[in-house]
Amino acid sequence: MLTTTEEPTATGPAATARRPRIRAGRHLHGGRVTYAVLTVFTLGSLFPLVWTAIAASRSNSRLAQTPPPFWFGGNLFKNLQIAWTDANMGTALLNTTVVAGTIAAGTVVFSTLAGFAFAKLRFRFKNLLMVLVIGTMMVPPQLSVVPLYMLIAELSWTDRLQSVILPTLVSAFGVFFMRQYLSEALPSEVIEAARVDGASSWRVVWHVVFPAARPAMAVLGMLTFVMAWNDFFWPIIALTQNGSPTVQVALTGLGRGYIPDQSVIMAGALLGTLPLLVAFVVFGRQIVGGIMQGAVKG
Amino acid sequence: MAPVTGTAHDTAATAPSGEGGAAPARRSGARDLAAAERRRERRSRRYQRRSRWYRRDVRWSPYAFVAPFFLFFAAFGLFPLLYTGWASLHRVELTAPTDMEWVGLRNFARLLEDEFFWNALKNTFTIGVISTVPQLLIALGIAHLLNYKLRGSMFFRVAALTPYATSVAAATLVFVLMFGRDYGMINWALGLAGIGPVDWQNGAWTSQIAVSTIVVWRWTGYNALIYLAAMQAVPNDLYESAALDGASRWQQFVHVTIPSLRPTILFTCVVSTIGATQLFGEPLLFNGGGGATGGADHQFQTLGLYLYEQGWVNLHLGRASAIAWTMFLILLLIGAVNWLLVRRLRKSA
Repeated sequence: MLTTTEEPTATGPAATARRPRIRAGRHLHGGRVTYAVLTVFTLGSLFPLVWTAIAASRSNSRLAQTPPPFWFGGNLFKNLQIAWTDANMGTALLNTTVVAGTIAAGTVVFSTLAGFAFAKLRFRFKNLLMVLVIGTMMVPPQLSVVPLYMLIAELSWTDRLQSVILPTLVSAFGVFFMRQYLSEALPSEVIEAARVDGASSWRVVWHVVFPAARPAMAVLGMLTFVMAWNDFFWPIIALTQNGSPTVQVALTGLGRGYIPDQSVIMAGALLGTLPLLVAFVVFGRQIVGGIMQGAVKG
Repeated sequence: MAPVTGTAHDTAATAPSGEGGAAPARRSGARDLAAAERRRERRSRRYQRRSRWYRRDVRWSPYAFVAPFFLFFAAFGLFPLLYTGWASLHRVELTAPTDMEWVGLRNFARLLEDEFFWNALKNTFTIGVISTVPQLLIALGIAHLLNYKLRGSMFFRVAALTPYATSVAAATLVFVLMFGRDYGMINWALGLAGIGPVDWQNGAWTSQIAVSTIVVWRWTGYNALIYLAAMQAVPNDLYESAALDGASRWQQFVHVTIPSLRPTILFTCVVSTIGATQLFGEPLLFNGGGGATGGADHQFQTLGLYLYEQGWVNLHLGRASAIAWTMFLILLLIGAVNWLLVRRLRKSA
């Protein structure tokens, strides 16, 4: 276990960042076949999303015809409106934003603190605790669902947002991620210097660690936000469509309608996906970088 | 350290005039000396206090930094984990979760007799295989292509990752429509190729393929990026010497890239296997309005879905706990096999 945790530091984030892509002489230009295959793959990746929008802009009867529509129709706003009121999408979007935002913020702060301690501080049982952190990554969420449900039922937290927020507020992956990043990106000398100047640990965290960790914190925050936004298994147990649903729970309600109007369902799916898609257009580069950075350390 | 500096600061701030005016006039040297002595004492005490405080800070704050993680984990991870084991030995109903009746291993025994448990186990396995294998193979190929110098490489990468940002619910609802029997796009396309309409939802294999398609669609790009990152860390010299030895590009891919990626490939295998064991949202929503049965004949009911059905549809929380622990044991088994494989590979390498 220990060797696997130490090993990746050799190819940590700083190492990958330092290695310029130009250096690799073997990176030949892709040929026509490369572009063709990648284009097909990209179309496959994007088509279902584009088609969601197309289907959302049509009527239900048009979707029950062959061939299926391949271009936009005129019903988009009507369908969006129905989905908005029927599935309570406004509340759901607001709830999801609160949930995902809080979880992302909590994960980032707590992971940075713990990651800093594991990367740079000395204390007893450090290695044992780190092994524990990694071990928790292996525990499937299904395993804790029953008692968690009993717990929140006991606290009368069903349908309250904290029932979704609190259990996911920390993440082992986050701790691991920040530890790897900080052990590379934060020189021990800087901490020593701050110590010599008489700074307390909390001052060191505030004035040295947080600024140094900011890029990784941004990446971890975005990844956690995406994950929390899309979380499905626990929210559907803890929240109901009539209480305070997240987007995912609300979408389930649309899919289960007695007279399923497909175009309205698609409009709902579009509403639930759009915010993240916009984020991808804006921050895509950073998110991709973050995934690739986190990946090396797996 | 706070009190000393604090009071001095306070008096200076609140009564700046008082300090000069009310200070006792110097009458004798003895008093002066005593005051100086007191000051020195106070200062040394301050230093002591500071260094004690400092030592305490260095010693204990690491624990404070890791505490939130472990506190939350203990409350919402470890406690439930153990309690699930405890609950699995009881009869617990969702309607009255506090009334627990000890039944020993009966939940597990009933599980092993239940044909739907074996059915769900088998489905989880087949869906896991037909979603994980293609997903990782395609990801490897795509990563290799993305590793070339490309125009718009960032566009290709972001596009590959977009499905990852799509929720299970949204993705499944779209695919349900596309896999529709009568008006679905996929059957329409198959019809163009002269293949008759396939009843994707009701066939055993066809429904499992359809569910796997959703998984493959969502995760292939993500895995491709993970592979891509590992590929960019492969030292260039390896390729150069391989090229000098006359290895073709394909040979380089097989003999340099793949072996260098071995730890990453193993990592993705483990993660995807864990993901496949927990498959839940896709089969739940692929069923349309049918609930947690996983199709009319349970043809695509996974273990995760079976757990949900037992616990939250049939209200047997005890049995659901037994399923959860069984899943955990299966995962441990997979982990052990994996570990043995890795050790074997390391030895042979």
